[in-house]
Amino acid sequence: MTRPLLLRGGRVIDPSRGLDQPADLLVQDGKVAAVGAGLSAPDGAEVRDVAGKIVAPGLVDVHVHLREPGNEDEETVASGARAAVAGGFTAVCAMPNTDPVTDNQAAVGFIVRQSVRAGLARVYPIGAVSVGQRGEKLAEFGEMAGAGAVAVSDDGRPVASSHLMRTALEYARTFGLPVADHCEEPTLAAGGVMHEGLVSSRLGLKGIPAAAEEIMVARDCLLAGLTGGHVHLCHMSTRGSVELIRRAKERGANVTAEVTPHHLSLTDHACEGYDTHAKMNPPLREAADVAALRAALKEGVIDCIASDHAPHSYDEKEAAFDDAPFGIVGLETAFAVAYTELVVGGVLTLPELVARMSTEPARLFHLPGGTVAVGAPADVVVLDPGAQWTVEPTAFHSKCRNTPFTGRVLSGRAVLTLVAGKTVHDAAQ
Amino acid sequence: MTTSLGKDLTGLEHLTPDEIRLILDTAEPFKEVSERPIKKVPALRGKTIVNLFFEASTRTRISFEFAEKRLSADTVNVAATGSSVSKGETLVDTAKNLEAMRIDMVVIRHPSSGAADFLGQRIRSNVINAGDGKHEHPTQALLDLLTIRDKHGKIEGLNVCLVGDIQHSRVARSNIWGLTKLGAHVGVCGPHTLMPRGIEELGVTMFSRIEEAIEWADVLNVLRLQLERMEKGFIPSLREYYRVWGVTPERLERSPRPITIMHPGPMNRGVEIDSRVADGPHSVILDQVTNGVAVRMAVLYLLAGGRPELADAAKRGGGGTE
Repeated sequence: MTRPLLLRGGRVIDPSRGLDQPADLLVQDGKVAAVGAGLSAPDGAEVRDVAGKIVAPGLVDVHVHLREPGNEDEETVASGARAAVAGGFTAVCAMPNTDPVTDNQAAVGFIVRQSVRAGLARVYPIGAVSVGQRGEKLAEFGEMAGAGAVAVSDDGRPVASSHLMRTALEYARTFGLPVADHCEEPTLAAGGVMHEGLVSSRLGLKGIPAAAEEIMVARDCLLAGLTGGHVHLCHMSTRGSVELIRRAKERGANVTAEVTPHHLSLTDHACEGYDTHAKMNPPLREAADVAALRAALKEGVIDCIASDHAPHSYDEKEAAFDDAPFGIVGLETAFAVAYTELVVGGVLTLPELVARMSTEPARLFHLPGGTVAVGAPADVVVLDPGAQWTVEPTAFHSKCRNTPFTGRVLSGRAVLTLVAGKTVHDAAQ
Repeated sequence: MTTSLGKDLTGLEHLTPDEIRLILDTAEPFKEVSERPIKKVPALRGKTIVNLFFEASTRTRISFEFAEKRLSADTVNVAATGSSVSKGETLVDTAKNLEAMRIDMVVIRHPSSGAADFLGQRIRSNVINAGDGKHEHPTQALLDLLTIRDKHGKIEGLNVCLVGDIQHSRVARSNIWGLTKLGAHVGVCGPHTLMPRGIEELGVTMFSRIEEAIEWADVLNVLRLQLERMEKGFIPSLREYYRVWGVTPERLERSPRPITIMHPGPMNRGVEIDSRVADGPHSVILDQVTNGVAVRMAVLYLLAGGRPELADAAKRGGGGTE
């Protein structure tokens, strides 16, 4: 067993218990053994001074793409889990749009085994909604749940058929699985490469209107009401979506939603100059959308932040805008972007941010974690809110460098990440 | 006063009014070169220019080629249509290979918006955009501006209406920038399915009906309607398009004043424009083609570092690009 570890003198934030106070935190036998002032170190314990730092439950990301199996040159479960812990995440949920698609128990079991083998962040598989993500036939939710899937999704593409979405929501209820949907009305979005608006008109690029997302958000909210299933709306990007979610929640529908750090901080102006690192789906929208998303996150209309970490190789992104793939990496910048934009920016308190990046996502997907209650697995992150750093993609642990934040000076950084009490990332080393 | 351009000409959006006027003024002395029995001046002797066309083009490519040859540049045409390699990869590799051959300028046409900027950011040679996707076609707009100026003696204060498929038109975008920068009032007219979002925020007036546009305009620049637009469902039929938006003599007769008629070509006679209008007394469509060579000579000359006041001398055989 690893030595006990005493984190001394930090500010412990645990939204699961409404805790925010100076305290020591003792990790022993892979669990949180004690939280309190003036804890004494057991024999043989390592004592780490974390004065001025935040001690919080490890961050949880319910939406990442780890590219294994199929595109291991871009990311693997191990490299993605390494990037995750460097970013302060102790658990991530891997989307099933791999090659082949993670749409059966064997494929789900493979992700679980790769995660265990890597021994870094916990990687929870998300199974496909439909076989091959083809949008036709339901995948075997029961067996996938048995093998370790924590949700189902056809992310990367929408569940276009309303009938399929309905049956998925109904069928998933038995297993308590959220159905995570990439909301995009395919005929309206077809061929689009960025947000439809003045910037797309000027650049001569085909736009994806906000309505393409909102139509599906409205549909999914209605189907959640019809079926009683849990619909989780991925990467919300428009102010219209926020209003639809708000109304659905008021009606009591089982709807939850996530938003990415980039949709909370960038607009379609980032596409100027045809920068393919600003090409993602859903696209970056307008300032009014960013403002609405921030307010929705504050209010809880949007439940959590997810990175939508989407690695793409240099060659793929080094192309004309039309030809480049959608997506950016996010695990290693997510906390800092969110902290800089939202906490330093005065939108959220730090405990609120920790809730939106740890406690809430863990709760929505029924994951262990999101808490540092005594007895809980010691999935813990130490964050340095005072750290200022410049985003330098060559320093990423991810295999890919596709970020729009290159050169940005950000505040806040994970300095120590523990999974089950084991140090998996230590910035001091 | 502006006396030079940047490294590349990828669009008019980021040019100043002075830079646009500089190109138009520099084009004036070059017009005469094409009227001579020996249509050649030595201004770009020893310069190597690649015409890199990833999309079919007849008149733009030929116009550039004439402009280059009449300035005594050495030219190579590369037609890269139908390549099995994906467009993006081809573009990166082509850029690197061209650079390695120590060329001076690249004239590029590409189906992807932003392709000319992409190339310009990656090679040291001058890059001239001959049309990128739905983005810009700056030399077309420059020749349109020159033609309007020739006909009306000015651009400022004129009402110029672009008619047709604004949404998918790089000619429209470049015209909007160029015309507004030089003080014209710009209108757009066509079905709303072919209007880009937010276009009015660029300071243009939108007309749903061609009759309203005709009543307002001094100049109509009638854009080509691609057959593909009907296939993709933006309009129900070419027949209805002609009946609702076609520029016909009957409609023009109701105008309070003669309207100058322009078209960037190639025309669909009987779809967006009636032959009697295209060939009529107020049509300057062939003047546009003639001016295209002079404008492109001016752009090539200025980007190569030629000084505008020497353009006159250059065409007489002295001067040059030193």
